[in-house]
Amino acid sequence: MPVLEIEAARIAARMPHTGALTHSTSDWRDYFALLKPRVVALVVYTGAVGVIAARAPIHPVIAFTAILAIALGAGAAGALNMWWEADLDIRMKRTASRPIPAGRIGSKAALEFAVICAVASILLMQIAVGLFAATLLLVSILFYAVIYTVWLKRRTPQNIVIGGAAGAFPPLIGWVAATGHVTALPILLFAIIFIWTPPHFWALALFVQKDYANAGVPMLPLTHGNAETRRQIWLYSLALVATTLAPIAIGATGPLYAVLAVGLGAAFLWFAWGTYRNTADDPKAMKPEKRLFGYSILYLFLLFGGIAIDALLR
Amino acid sequence: MTPAEEKAFTQRRAARSRVIGLVLAALAVLFFLITVVRMGKH
Repeated sequence: MPVLEIEAARIAARMPHTGALTHSTSDWRDYFALLKPRVVALVVYTGAVGVIAARAPIHPVIAFTAILAIALGAGAAGALNMWWEADLDIRMKRTASRPIPAGRIGSKAALEFAVICAVASILLMQIAVGLFAATLLLVSILFYAVIYTVWLKRRTPQNIVIGGAAGAFPPLIGWVAATGHVTALPILLFAIIFIWTPPHFWALALFVQKDYANAGVPMLPLTHGNAETRRQIWLYSLALVATTLAPIAIGATGPLYAVLAVGLGAAFLWFAWGTYRNTADDPKAMKPEKRLFGYSILYLFLLFGGIAIDALLR
Repeated sequence: MTPAEEKAFTQRRAARSRVIGLVLAALAVLFFLITVVRMGKH
């Protein structure tokens, strides 16, 4: 896309809701898409695991409300991200059809929707659960929307390393909603997602780096090369598996989790090793990276499922 | 706006209004339940 066209799109994306969009009045599904429902699904899952793993007496209505507030807060953060990044999204094949760059929702309307959702999520958490959980939720929204999206993403290849903390909050918030305090296990749950994020996103960044290059996002493969990215993926994978073993070491989980953490971790290392050994620069020859990316999602899903089931069985 | 565009516009607006209505109704039920639970604690 020519530079002028991109610039025009960027300005249009930031323009207040204008007459042209008023005529087409956005569909409710476009607002729903602004909340990044697939990301929210994972957030709901890990947040629910935090509630279950706490093994604390919590009324089902309060537990449901806490998870709903976490989901709404994550959706709001996603909408703020889409609002800020409309100029980037229009330049990436993967994101060009999102509601703002595609012109289905005006920038001002998206921002208003995001802020309303963010405020509603925090108030809901405060009313149903309490100040500590509501504060953590606020911090997680600000971390994703401001520290990651506005500050880090376009400035440093460490963007997703630090930004990964935003996605790591839900189990911690879920735990705090259930217990009102923090212990070692929820911090480890936070750490697991935090350390899982870099190998997950760098595997993706390796085979879609052209998109990131077009958008001008300084992802690690673009700033430090594919070989260094693969080396970092391997190192983070080792750290990830070590972290997943920590709950066993401190006796916070049972045998089911131990078996899962070891088995799933070994498979993660296998896929990460395949990526580390790959020397391809052509995305078509990056099957190990694609396998690692796909497996990393399954890995987190199964590992956290194991934590929840383990807690229920104990 | 052509008649077809106007029809689509009206349909989208109606659908959006229905969704907002459902969300508000769900929130009313949720707040009622939260109040019952919180009052039960005291």
